[in-house]
Amino acid sequence: MTPTDETRGATAPAPAVRARGVGKTFAATGGEVLALTGVDLEVAAGEFVSLIGPSGCGKSTLLRLVADLDQASAGELEVFGKTPQKARVDQDYGIAFQQAGLLPWRTVAGNISLPLELHRMGRAERDERVAQLAGLVGLSEFVDRYPDQLSGGMQQRVAIARALAENPRLLLMDEPFGALDEMTREYLQSELARIASETGAAVVFVTHSIPEAVYLSDRVVVMSPRPGRITDVIETGFGEERPEGLRESEAYFAKVTAVREALHGSPVERANER
Amino acid sequence: MRSRSRRTSTVVWGVIGVLAVAGLWELYKFLGPAEGVVVGATEGQTGSGVMILPRTHDRAMPHLWDMFARLFQSTSGGDSPILLVSVVQAALLTLGFAAVGWLIGVAVGAVLGLLMQRWRLVEWGVLPWVVVSQTVPLIAFAPVVNAIGNQIDRSGTPWPQWFSVALIASYLAFFPVAVGALRGLGAPDRIHLDLMRSYAAGYWPTLLRLRLPAAVPYLLPALRLAAANAVVGAVVAEVSIGMRGGIGRMLIQLAGQGSSDPAAPWGPTFGSIALGLVAAGSVAILGLVLSNYRRGEATA
Amino acid sequence: MSAPSLPALPDVSLRTSRAARGLPSWLRFVAPVVVGAVIVLAWILVVDVLKIAPRMLPSPIAIGAELVLRAGIIWDDTVITATNSLVGLLAGTIVAIVLAGLAAAWRPVDGMLAPLVAAIAVVPIVALTPILNTMFGASSQFGRQAVAAIAAFIPVFLNVLRGLRQTRPVHRDLLRASGATGFQTFRVLTLPSALPYLLTGLRIASSLAVISALVAEYFGGPSDGIGTAIATYAKSGRAALAWAYVAGGIAIGLVFFLVTSLLERLATRRTPV
Repeated sequence: MTPTDETRGATAPAPAVRARGVGKTFAATGGEVLALTGVDLEVAAGEFVSLIGPSGCGKSTLLRLVADLDQASAGELEVFGKTPQKARVDQDYGIAFQQAGLLPWRTVAGNISLPLELHRMGRAERDERVAQLAGLVGLSEFVDRYPDQLSGGMQQRVAIARALAENPRLLLMDEPFGALDEMTREYLQSELARIASETGAAVVFVTHSIPEAVYLSDRVVVMSPRPGRITDVIETGFGEERPEGLRESEAYFAKVTAVREALHGSPVERANER
Repeated sequence: MRSRSRRTSTVVWGVIGVLAVAGLWELYKFLGPAEGVVVGATEGQTGSGVMILPRTHDRAMPHLWDMFARLFQSTSGGDSPILLVSVVQAALLTLGFAAVGWLIGVAVGAVLGLLMQRWRLVEWGVLPWVVVSQTVPLIAFAPVVNAIGNQIDRSGTPWPQWFSVALIASYLAFFPVAVGALRGLGAPDRIHLDLMRSYAAGYWPTLLRLRLPAAVPYLLPALRLAAANAVVGAVVAEVSIGMRGGIGRMLIQLAGQGSSDPAAPWGPTFGSIALGLVAAGSVAILGLVLSNYRRGEATA
Repeated sequence: MSAPSLPALPDVSLRTSRAARGLPSWLRFVAPVVVGAVIVLAWILVVDVLKIAPRMLPSPIAIGAELVLRAGIIWDDTVITATNSLVGLLAGTIVAIVLAGLAAAWRPVDGMLAPLVAAIAVVPIVALTPILNTMFGASSQFGRQAVAAIAAFIPVFLNVLRGLRQTRPVHRDLLRASGATGFQTFRVLTLPSALPYLLTGLRIASSLAVISALVAEYFGGPSDGIGTAIATYAKSGRAALAWAYVAGGIAIGLVFFLVTSLLERLATRRTPV
């Protein structure tokens, strides 16, 4: 199930996402609101990129444009070298939101298999794939439960399994851990890092948490509001692995600081680093 | 289980409530004046004034045990079956009319709800008329529908009288379904719609896997109300067009003999009450079958 | 809360909250007018131009003419049915408010009433008319008014009860912290938050009261009122006159609906947050 680097390189020379001068305006009462302007961004295949910024900076809007849930008003946007619409119809990405968004009348297994059913995968193959995915997110014992019988963290894991159901080469995540408590959050971050490296999928990850963005990403894209735009891009350079010790390493703190400064637009006071 | 104990207590309280009503009936019959309480009557002029409390003599308010005993006496003398059997037969016939009316109403209401949900312009154009159709007593059409039906029947196309009854019943039944479907089909969260869009699922797969299941909590009360309305419509239609055999007609007939046989009309009255409960209860069974689709009600 | 579950009633005001996308807002008013005009034109086409309609479906023009010609007697019957509806609506509303207040305050009352109300909501109330007529005498309008009252009672009771249970804990805590008496709490908190619910119930009840009062006339009682007239003229084949009476019934229904909708809108303009 994990595509090797060779096949990936052969079939997908185009980057996962390429945006050039992308802008988005919304019609609002009393004129138009410029939500996003002049966004240039490239996400390589297999790369983990976080979008971070205060509310109103257009990070979710950008994600929705990539997912073709909204349409850009300006610029060019390509997903694997295609239009976002083509990429959506071809099912090149999987998506997860802040709310797990599980269908309450379906079991865990039923929720994970929803996209597979919609795309007419055979019954036997589907059952096998669902079992595999449930194992991947550690929910094998819970496949027959209903969403209301699960904790928030477990629901979110189901949502991630659902997003991974069709082996997408790109994973779009809109603050998927935003509503969870800190301990569950850190646990799921490690899980996501593992899954992302196992599957080799590119990830575009929207968050408002600096530590989360730094821990997970190859690159952190810093955005700012009014109008929404990219102000900085910070490489973390941690490599493939995300060992538990990373969260307490000097390199990690340095990047957290760098992102924080980029967010605030100037060096910030660091009381504990004299 | 907590839900079971709650159901039991509901039943117990309901029985107490019914007993309280029965007790009130006999208490008033015992205490109240035989000719009722009339206010604003002119001295020595019968029929003037407004009666605010009913007469209590046996012709106006029979004893509960008389009503009960009457159920087991012959319906109209001779060798006619006991009243209870006649009532059950008539009620079943009316239930049949109501069921046909319910089906027609549900079909029409569902289609209207689907169209209104699909196209905003249809909603804007049609919903006000759907609402107005229920705020005005269009059930007044009942005699007219029957007359039109008779005329069509005479002109060659068969149109049995019971079909007029079912049609009038469907007129009352379609409204809750149309509104419930419109609301229910529009009920899915934004996030679920986004999800289906991200799966490149078209209108029909989205309808089948998302909108319809999400509409169940809205549709069940709508279907229950439609069932109750269909019963009302069927009873009223029978009465207003004078169709024989059903419970409505029986009610009118026995009420006509009320002065000589005061307990008799209570039979079909209880019959129609039971009819409404049975109709609504059948839909409640449907709710149990679909209980998985109602999980959102508790967690939402 | 362990409140017994109450049956839901369809509740449609003419306002919908969904935002419109891609459609100009004037269409919202033009669309229903167009639909109405199309219906009337199709009706005229079928009846007057193609002449394929059954005889009991007269042309709107003939109905209009009959309406003008017989305005006097139609008006008299309209007043009778409207009065019955109004008396029933008011009586049912008052009883509903009192009982809902008792049910909200005292759980045994709630326990007894909830199953009864749930049952009454699905029972054909008009079937009680013949019995009420015997109890109060066949020359009395009381039977019809009582049926209208019972029909109106249900939605008002359910809505008021819901409204009385609607007070927010934060507001209750605030009043408790300010040492408000029970009556003060009722006046400044419970009553204002229940009022919009009462008026919503009243709007739904208004239509039910009119329909019930009219339909009750089919079940006997004095030989006046809109429903009696419709049945009489439909039977004797005077189609246009029967339809003119239907128009009278429609007028009552619309007036009741519009007045109660207006009241509701006035009350919900400042819903307590």
